[in-house]
Amino acid sequence: MSLTEFIFGRLTWAAIPIHEPILIGTFIGVAVIGLAVLSAMTYYRLWGPLWFNWVISIDHKKIGVMYMVLGIIMLLRGFADALMMRLQQVLAFGGSDGYLNSHHYDQIFTAHGVIMIFFVAMPFVTGLMNFVMPLQIGARDVAFPFLNNFSFWMTVGGAILTMLSLFIGEYAQTGWLAFPPLSGIGASPSVGVDYYIWGLQVAGVGTTLSGINLMVTIIKMRCPGMTMMKMPIFTWTALCTNVLIVASFPVLTAVLLLLTLDRYIGTNFFTADLGGNPMLYVNLIWIWGHPEVYILILPLFGVFSEVVATFSGKRLFGYTSMVYATIVITILSYVVWLHHFFTMGSGASVNSFFGITTMIISIPTGAKIFNWLFTMYKGRIKFELPMLWTLAFLITFTVGGMTGVLLAVPPADFVLHNSLFLIAHFHNVIIGGVVFGVFAGINYWFPKAFGFRLDPFWGKVSFWGWVLGYWVAFTPLYILGLMGVTRRTRVFDDPDLRIWFIIAALGAVLVAIGIGAFILQIVVSILRRDQLRDVTGDPWGGRTLEWSTSSPPPNYNFAFTPVAYDLDTWADMKARQYERPVSGYVPIHMPKGTEAGIILSAFATACGFALIWYIWWLAALSFVAMIGYAIYHTFNRDRDYYIPAETVAETENARTKQLAEI
Amino acid sequence: MSTVTLPEDGSFHLTEEPHHPEGGNTMLGFWIYLMSDCLIFAVLFATYAVLGGSYAAGPDPKELFDLDLIAVNTAMLLFSSITYGFAMLAMQKHNSNQVIGWLLVTAVFGAAFLGIELYEFHHLIHEGAGPQRSAFLSAFFLLVGTHGLHVTFGMIWLFTLVIQTRKFGLTSAMQRRLSCLSLFWHFLDVIWIGVFSFVYLVRMI
Amino acid sequence: MAHHAHSDAHHGDHHGESHSHGSFKSYMIGFVLSVILTAIPFWLVMTGGLDSRVATILSVTGFAIVQIIVHVYFFLHVTSDSEQGWTMTAGVFTLVVVGIMVSGSVWVMFNMNENMMPAHDMVLGNPEGVVQSE
Repeated sequence: MSLTEFIFGRLTWAAIPIHEPILIGTFIGVAVIGLAVLSAMTYYRLWGPLWFNWVISIDHKKIGVMYMVLGIIMLLRGFADALMMRLQQVLAFGGSDGYLNSHHYDQIFTAHGVIMIFFVAMPFVTGLMNFVMPLQIGARDVAFPFLNNFSFWMTVGGAILTMLSLFIGEYAQTGWLAFPPLSGIGASPSVGVDYYIWGLQVAGVGTTLSGINLMVTIIKMRCPGMTMMKMPIFTWTALCTNVLIVASFPVLTAVLLLLTLDRYIGTNFFTADLGGNPMLYVNLIWIWGHPEVYILILPLFGVFSEVVATFSGKRLFGYTSMVYATIVITILSYVVWLHHFFTMGSGASVNSFFGITTMIISIPTGAKIFNWLFTMYKGRIKFELPMLWTLAFLITFTVGGMTGVLLAVPPADFVLHNSLFLIAHFHNVIIGGVVFGVFAGINYWFPKAFGFRLDPFWGKVSFWGWVLGYWVAFTPLYILGLMGVTRRTRVFDDPDLRIWFIIAALGAVLVAIGIGAFILQIVVSILRRDQLRDVTGDPWGGRTLEWSTSSPPPNYNFAFTPVAYDLDTWADMKARQYERPVSGYVPIHMPKGTEAGIILSAFATACGFALIWYIWWLAALSFVAMIGYAIYHTFNRDRDYYIPAETVAETENARTKQLAEI
Repeated sequence: MSTVTLPEDGSFHLTEEPHHPEGGNTMLGFWIYLMSDCLIFAVLFATYAVLGGSYAAGPDPKELFDLDLIAVNTAMLLFSSITYGFAMLAMQKHNSNQVIGWLLVTAVFGAAFLGIELYEFHHLIHEGAGPQRSAFLSAFFLLVGTHGLHVTFGMIWLFTLVIQTRKFGLTSAMQRRLSCLSLFWHFLDVIWIGVFSFVYLVRMI
Repeated sequence: MAHHAHSDAHHGDHHGESHSHGSFKSYMIGFVLSVILTAIPFWLVMTGGLDSRVATILSVTGFAIVQIIVHVYFFLHVTSDSEQGWTMTAGVFTLVVVGIMVSGSVWVMFNMNENMMPAHDMVLGNPEGVVQSE
């Protein structure tokens, strides 16, 4: 081994893709924007505030906002991939090869799936839970504030590793779940699959720890009087989601570990020889994969429940049935995983079992749909943005659910498996459920986070862009799927198919307008913040505790720990002429910010990078540094402080004055 | 939360700060972490259950496993469990020297366990029965090795706590940390019951 | 019960947590039980086992399950009232998921092998390359 090989592993100049004009263009674009942002931050002296108020912050509200920002940034990347795929499939007809070679195209569809699930949808739901849940249960922070910060930076570390593959080396060309033997060292000898593995492992640590953290928060930190059956429904769905995270992400970690060993030291778990079995990978990863689907959708069911109740001006219909439906979905999500691979050949008995369990899951989900409808029934519905997203969800998601039940029938699945019908189905539920829910949530809680509403005009443009865009983009995919067109195809022979791909591409353009309008909506809202200002803290007539605080809430959330007597605590307080206490403040015990989270995550990311490129000395060094620093951190006993009563009084008096001026 | 009584006048807030015992969340949090760790082991056990018969014309358990060695190893882990228990009892009596003493005894047993395991691995690899030989051996090495790796981390943690107990004394934070390691250590024992029963004994029948 | 001797320390501020501890007696009971429950299956297998192979496997499994319960009770101190029952709930839930995962994987993979790999019923020229399943 030469010295260069020792120092750089398999990293050479050849790893920089200078022969790919698209990537070079992207790189230049990113570099220019990045430089502009960095210099603007330097010019306005924002580095200090960024570091002290955000990066090292252990405030759950700020961490929640940072998760949302991460999700939005990664959405842009993931959506760029989607646009490129749509364009390729329009062009690659009649002997044309399109503009993407197979090496590049395969990376794009892999990266699109991985990024959208792990670095868009996951940060979005974790961000919403982080921001909203502690406020809803009347807590000052989460159970383990430092861990929360660490979890966030691990997620960022995973995202950085995934993004790095754009400019150094390549990404996996295996599809988003990297099935062996394709992802084995024989068929994928390069760094792509290793980027995939270590990006997910680093982010997975963050996700699991955040799941534990939020779960303990809900169990232990509810305010007095808030029994389990008086918890807001969003908190309930957050609890079930985090149970699912804690009880499924370890499976992903373990499965990826097996794949890693196959690739790095030549074990035979998923190889095709020496007794290995690639199908075991498929079986195991879907044991994680199916609960993951519910991890994504459950919190949004919670969002829709809050939004429907608030904007119908009524208590949620069937709270108890909603809670039990959520619990049943949580448990059932563990007994349906085989429906992702009916065609693999487990035989009739196994397939029918999993087909039936899959259909059963639609029962509690259907119950929820009816609960939302009955909540609206005879309500005074206000068609604000969150409610619009909810209505679009109800229609879109129901269709997606029904195509899902169709796919749950094994003989039908044998025809539709891996076709564009499947692609249309899961985009139908993920866009129609998760994305619409996230936008409902953002529009609903944005005033709570920043003290002003989001601009409704651009919000509506964004809404129609997304909703119409979804239907125009994916209805053709249902049709193409029924015709037998398979997923992940790069070039086509049959010219009759082309028109559907053109329509789908137009749909993608509409979605692009939706995303653009959303960014504009935020910019316009910041510019017009004074007109959009909300000083009440309760702009929508909310029903749960988060609306009882100022907007944005003070860093201690509640000057006095609230007491709950009723399910809709804040609605109950308003109904009983609650008066805000204006004196008698006491010092508040709070955790201190720490830079340990980002430092540990930096070591973990460096370790992942080193393992990808076989830079063994760096891997060992950063791993030891990570363990050493973690141990060092446990010696630090300066972790908390008291906010003096005078500071609390100052903040609260300003709030009293503000309320009096309304 | 349930320890706080609701205000009798029906007001919507507590005037006093509710008493949250510091670190009252840690034990539950750590327990849930252990449950997630348990699921990692579940995957490894499932892998062993599925691939355990795939010898690829290579050696099978009866040719490889030495039950005497496993019995000794199991004894080491059991002894380390009870000595850790004694450390916890010493902690309840607030005797930090005794705590450190029992922790060190535990570490000796832990080290013996790891030593025997490494000897076994070395021996197997030397005989040509390394993890690359067959899917059965891959699954075997991974399951037993992951347990061993956990014990190794337990040892690092144990020595950290020895130093911290000397430095800080048995503060409530230290008691909490010692209790967490206690959970971790006994949890590894529970996993080992699964390992010696299903990886070794059942396959030797 | 022995390990409840310290339950009055629940919510006590000098403990800072509400996890029950064991007493000397409970640790010793647990230890002796686990030694016995380890020794019997080892002895059973090392001396050749019972007459029926299935019976031996079942008894080893039985001893493992009992010993796990002993450890969880006497060493991990999980009871239905620690942490208001949440540790127990989490444990039972995990157990259910573990059961689904392990038995489900075995069931799925067994059927898959049966249906997709008929090779092991045939006589092939090169048995080295054949996946052997029991």
